[in-house]
Amino acid sequence: MADIDTSGGGGGKKGPGVKKAKKLSTRVDMTPMVDLGFLLITFFIFSTTMAQPTAMQLIMPKDTENKEEQTKVKASGALTIMLGKSNGLYYYEGDDPTKLQSSTYKEIREVVIQKKKTTKPEDFVVVIKPNDEANYMNVVAILDEMAINEVKKYALVPISPVENELLQATEKANNIQ
Amino acid sequence: MAKAKITRKSTWVDMTAFVDVSFLILTFFILATKFKPVEPVEVKFPSSVSADKVPETDAFLVTIDKDGRVFVQMDDPNARQSIANNLNETRQLGLDPAQIKAFTNAPSLGVPFAGMKELLSMTAEEQKNVRQPGIPVPDSTGGELYYWVRDAKSTYAGKKITWLIKADNETKYPVVRNVLEAFKRNDIYKFQLVTKFQDAPAGTPLWETRQNIIKSAGAGS
Repeated sequence: MADIDTSGGGGGKKGPGVKKAKKLSTRVDMTPMVDLGFLLITFFIFSTTMAQPTAMQLIMPKDTENKEEQTKVKASGALTIMLGKSNGLYYYEGDDPTKLQSSTYKEIREVVIQKKKTTKPEDFVVVIKPNDEANYMNVVAILDEMAINEVKKYALVPISPVENELLQATEKANNIQ
Repeated sequence: MAKAKITRKSTWVDMTAFVDVSFLILTFFILATKFKPVEPVEVKFPSSVSADKVPETDAFLVTIDKDGRVFVQMDDPNARQSIANNLNETRQLGLDPAQIKAFTNAPSLGVPFAGMKELLSMTAEEQKNVRQPGIPVPDSTGGELYYWVRDAKSTYAGKKITWLIKADNETKYPVVRNVLEAFKRNDIYKFQLVTKFQDAPAGTPLWETRQNIIKSAGAGS
């Protein structure tokens, strides 16, 4: 053995009854420690959250009956986007709702950018009109689209009955349930 | 022929490295995550490109779940107490001091005024198990939420308060509009919608603006 023999004399032989000190292993079983570690990890995964919510600014206009105080919009610079059921999206330019066109949340970006390019910046305004079938995700998505395309002027406005009828007729024509 | 001798090998595996790894991951999770806030209902909110942080203090949060149930939440117990006292007086809720104390301790609430007395006489544990019907916001008058907002506004008069709205993806727009009306009737026009952050798609105007900001910040330093 590589051990240094410290027992003195006696020809290396111990007398009877003298026991050699047993060498204890310094190895510790780490398995319970692993168990504990993973238990804590599991706990933290379930009870905490990584995603920090962010806040999106929304500023609503003050309702006013007074015609003088209402913001006027040039028909040539207006783009009206209407939100319907089943993530449907419809838009028209100017002030004629009968020129309604259907679109999707992916395609609307092109429409907005195109309109932004072709109109004077001070005239350009997007009017957003969700109807009663639209859901919150649609509204946030379209408001977000305004932020993405850096539209300076946009408004969230209740839909008018005429537009709502046109929208529903279009939905019917397109077989949207 | 000599028999092949099978040597007995030890099954002992050294777990030390495993411990190192597990505690490393544990440390990461402790440092990088935050405890989930107490929520009255589970709400899957939409994502947006907005990168502003949601303020954690001095906020009045309106939560709307996918069925259109409306809950209010305030972080400050003192504000809750003051609002409870105000509402008790103005709306004749008939709450006793113990029930007001229960309200002060409850972070969120979603029952009509008529059901408040009943809900607040329950223990905190029972309150959790009860399905709260939500604060009625039936039309554009803002319903009972109007009074909540009014008292919150007067409680925070002169102080900064953030009006937060957290709604589910599936929430129908009319409910959201009615909630906004309840605020507008109180002359509050500025809101923060709680969303998940998602970067602006590459090539869009906002994306370019942000890239320019990053570039100029890099050049400046």
